[in-house]
Amino acid sequence: MRPILMKGHERPLTFLRYNRDGDLLFSCAKDHTPTVWYADNGDRLGTYRGHNGAVWTCDVSRDSARLITGSADQTAKLWEVSTGKELFSFRFDAPARSVEFAIGDALAVVTTDNFMDHVPTVQVKRIAEDIDDQTEESALVITGIKGRINRAVWGPLNRTIITAGEDATIRIWDSETGQLLKESDKESGHQKTISSLSKSLDWSHFITGSLDKSAKLWDTRTLTLIKTYVTERPVNAVDISPTHDTVVLGGGQDAMNVTMTDRRAGKFEAKFYHKILQEEIGGVKGHFGPINALAFNPDGRSFSSGGEDGYVRLHHFDSDYFSIKM
Amino acid sequence: MAAQQKIRWGELEEDDGGDLDFLLPPRVVVGPDENGLKKVIEYRFDDDGNKVRVTTTTRVRKLARARLSRSAIERRQWPKFGDALKEDAGSRLTMVSTEEILLERPRAPGSKAEESAASGDPLAMASKGGAVLMVCRTCGKKGDHWTSKCPYKDLAPPTETFTDRPPTSDGPPAPGGPAKGAYVPPTMRGGADRTGDSMRRRNDENSVRVTNLSEDTREPDLLELFRAFGPVSRVYVAVDQKTGSSRGFGFVNFVHREDAEKAINKLNGYGYDNLILRVEWATPRPN
Repeated sequence: MRPILMKGHERPLTFLRYNRDGDLLFSCAKDHTPTVWYADNGDRLGTYRGHNGAVWTCDVSRDSARLITGSADQTAKLWEVSTGKELFSFRFDAPARSVEFAIGDALAVVTTDNFMDHVPTVQVKRIAEDIDDQTEESALVITGIKGRINRAVWGPLNRTIITAGEDATIRIWDSETGQLLKESDKESGHQKTISSLSKSLDWSHFITGSLDKSAKLWDTRTLTLIKTYVTERPVNAVDISPTHDTVVLGGGQDAMNVTMTDRRAGKFEAKFYHKILQEEIGGVKGHFGPINALAFNPDGRSFSSGGEDGYVRLHHFDSDYFSIKM
Repeated sequence: MAAQQKIRWGELEEDDGGDLDFLLPPRVVVGPDENGLKKVIEYRFDDDGNKVRVTTTTRVRKLARARLSRSAIERRQWPKFGDALKEDAGSRLTMVSTEEILLERPRAPGSKAEESAASGDPLAMASKGGAVLMVCRTCGKKGDHWTSKCPYKDLAPPTETFTDRPPTSDGPPAPGGPAKGAYVPPTMRGGADRTGDSMRRRNDENSVRVTNLSEDTREPDLLELFRAFGPVSRVYVAVDQKTGSSRGFGFVNFVHREDAEKAINKLNGYGYDNLILRVEWATPRPN
């Protein structure tokens, strides 16, 4: 494969997201402007200007009309995808970390960090169809979690919310009452900060990446550990292929430690594993630094990676990838 | 007439640089031709106010089987916004990599799992903390020992350099020799030459060199393989200290020469761990 290199960000990438049709790719970075690209040739369509801090995550609505972004400037903003116009701004007391639209795009989950003396929270916001009716009220606020919540996503049928974060525990909450339903097992679960979480296409299972150099596959309803993928580097980003039984892991040690180790020890590759057999299929090189974001295209024929070097790399798979035999 | 012209000239001078764009020729797009080359010709003013013509040549490549939904096709027609609006064709934010990136496969499936570093050569472990980089010229090990103190000296092929044999106290004193402590040429020393020769030959004859080992072969593996032919006195596998994998060769010492010969005949060309072994005498035998 001959990857497409997109240099639209001046600082490290934090998140990558495709829309549902797979023709738009949204990238977020520690500079303040999320960017949208055409996902087939890497052309830049536009940028969303308005944030005053690093943008941690984003999500796009089902019809690709609206974008929501969570930022370190203590706001989460709604944008119009086609024009870059800012529609609304939710204000918080702490940096907003993770954002996601619910099914139907009528709700959005937003997490805030533990900032100074504020405890981390998970908040559910109502998203109005008409932007004039939009308010800042929270339909639900969940507290009681220690440590930063790095990722919060909706469960099936919008009935649950799944959170994962700094305390290495995955929790499932009721999205109406805020009651804690399930917690991941301490023994078989992750031992260090969970950095990333990604759901499968049908939301029946999800994968988490952790700084304990492993990624784990979980059942969404029962929170049972299904598979574990062991690597030799901290895992910053994970994703599940929508069409094949593969998962991709990316990571690497922190940039500040790179100069103190052997050149080969950096290991800045995106690693592919067989989802069921837990064996490594192969690796894709290219980034000059840790990989912070990974995303599969919903058609399963390409994937993107974002790194500490500020580049987004768009890879269209060769035909060899689709006929790999274990 | 002259006053009107003067006013117009003054009005032009007061405008900022951006408004002078109407003086430039329009943007021209040529192609793409049958080779997929497209030219974009733009004109602009540089900092000195000179007119500059910028020609950008790009290669247009169509991705096969791009099936888009109707809404995705509509999205292709969206105008650019934000920072992309002022982006000219030569900004090169999006580039196709000139390097072919492959999905690199790990080692072949079915190969043995790599042993932990703790089970490696104990001599290598002892020197891990040392900061000095020592390289032995005889066996090539790094960080273990100097060349003069190589414990595997007898196993390696002999070098062409002259090696002085130490005098032995077993032999009787040379007949008619001078007093104790005086220098005696090696050939003149009684008994020492014969003893040293036979000792060296016995060690050399029983050494077997094994090459084309796989990366994860270790000394217990070789011992298990060669023990079937007779008692083994020593096994050595060269290991890369940095990566922990085998360097592909090793030496085996047998107690009896007949066992070594049997092992060579049996195992040369033997398929072991996906590789064909090459087993031969460590020292060329004198004929």
